[in-house]
Amino acid sequence: MRDQHGIQADELVREYKGGIKAVDGIDLRIQPGEIYGFLGPNGAGKSTTVHMLTTLLPPTSGTARVAGFDIVKQGPQVRAAIGAALQEAALDPFLTGREHLRLQASLHGLPREERRRRSDELLERVGLTRAADRKIKGYSGGMKRRLDLALALVHEPSTLFLDEPTTGLDPQSRSALWSEVAGLAKGDGVTVFLTTQYLEEADVLADRVGIIHRGHIVAEGTPEELKAQIGRPTVEAVPADESQREAIADLLQKFGNPTDGDPLSVAVRCEQEADLADIIRALDAAGLHVAQIQMHEPTLDDVFLAKTGTSLEGAAEDEEATEEEEQEELEKVGA
Amino acid sequence: MIGTVAQVLEIARRSVVRTLRQPAQIIPNVTFPLLLLAINSNGLRAATHLPGFPTNSFLDFFIPVAFIQGALFASGTAGVDLARDIDNGFLNRLALTPLRRVALLLGQLGGAVALGTIQAIVYLGVGILAGVRFESGVAGAVLLFVLAVLLSLGFGTLGILLALKTGSGEAVQSAFPLLFFLLFLSSMNLPRNLISIDWFRDLATANPVSYMIEAMRSLVITGWDTQALALGFLFTILMIVLGLVGSARLLKTRMART
Repeated sequence: MRDQHGIQADELVREYKGGIKAVDGIDLRIQPGEIYGFLGPNGAGKSTTVHMLTTLLPPTSGTARVAGFDIVKQGPQVRAAIGAALQEAALDPFLTGREHLRLQASLHGLPREERRRRSDELLERVGLTRAADRKIKGYSGGMKRRLDLALALVHEPSTLFLDEPTTGLDPQSRSALWSEVAGLAKGDGVTVFLTTQYLEEADVLADRVGIIHRGHIVAEGTPEELKAQIGRPTVEAVPADESQREAIADLLQKFGNPTDGDPLSVAVRCEQEADLADIIRALDAAGLHVAQIQMHEPTLDDVFLAKTGTSLEGAAEDEEATEEEEQEELEKVGA
Repeated sequence: MIGTVAQVLEIARRSVVRTLRQPAQIIPNVTFPLLLLAINSNGLRAATHLPGFPTNSFLDFFIPVAFIQGALFASGTAGVDLARDIDNGFLNRLALTPLRRVALLLGQLGGAVALGTIQAIVYLGVGILAGVRFESGVAGAVLLFVLAVLLSLGFGTLGILLALKTGSGEAVQSAFPLLFFLLFLSSMNLPRNLISIDWFRDLATANPVSYMIEAMRSLVITGWDTQALALGFLFTILMIVLGLVGSARLLKTRMART
């Protein structure tokens, strides 16, 4: 179903006991039919935001409208308009894929004939027709995720929430899911709110990206806009001789500031317009040898680093404790 | 939007299907009470020689305990299943549909009732084959069956209550022996008037499980004892009502959708 309203949020806050603000005043303006990538490490507030927008968790303050309905005052209308595949495909290992679809379709009130037709159509769409009558406990991670997506689509929602839909999937399954999600937005006009901790996923799939860090949106824009804000490329050199690592690092710092890169390499973010040839000439002149050297354009991780002062990977470690607290609170309210 | 009854049936169908697809869960639940029945009806047979013992068959006296044990096992099934749904997010999936809370509660008990029904049929069949005779006749046997199914529902609500309170299958399983403790502190092995230890007799008298057993027992060894039946049904229905009310309150927190 083509969405006409998108998602809007104003000063959305969720505070847990002990004063922890998992989400701290976020604003969102998501256009109908847009894929919005919500990027952040574990514990940044992504899932809490999704739980609020899907009506599973009341906000402490602030307002939001999803598909044209207020998430607090019009919960049932919001739920009828949205589909959601939340973190970890929540499936019953003793039911088959078809039985899941049947249950979901029935609870959404689809008539018997429509239920059958829609189930067959969705099973075909996510490539599970042959596995439809097998119990879920025999499904792979990718199959579970695909079924999860089919279940979210059973009542033809206009807005889709996908909470880390590809976590733990192999590259092939991930790519298949990306194609499906892209098709839903571009082909069917479904608005997609996608949380992810994978930079590549946000880069490939999202029309716009919001970076959330410690409950705040610290950057927002198209992936290209965000990367353009950084502007400067990164140079990474792998020393041919380990004893020259320090000297290479010193020399590269003439061209930019040290940054995270491959553990084997020395990396700097260029301070000014730099030419790789200039750097190679300088290394050669200093008698320093590198096994590999490359210059690459800014990535979303560079954006994340610039906006938060830490890389996405590092932030994930820092915020693991926060995530545990957040999860405990979500469990207490049953969300 | 579908009606509440249709929602109950959908959730119950799922609960029954998943219960029946776990034979490893059904078989021990059905057989353990039978084993205890076989052991006790022989091992404690001497109790029938006590002056005032109401029957000369310990099998007749003890068979209601199998139904209660079966119902207790069924409560574990209902509780653990719901706790898993909470734990793995399935409850959230259901919360995102137009499912009403009351439909979820009643439907979720479907598996416990299905298991309780299977158990009741098995215990009745085995009991009759082993020589249990109903003083209240066929109608009494039917009533005992009804009470057994209601007990599965009642204890099932307690399982659901525990699951909603803790949200953990392990916690539900840990609490399960406490429910069994209630059974051991009842008139399961002796009529209350023959329990000579005062504190034990007082506890058994205060324990509603005693009245549930005695209602069933009356149908087998006495005939139609209105008082025993009224008390048995009263406590069973009270357990169902309290269990459902308590669960409904807890579900409001667990399914805190707007």
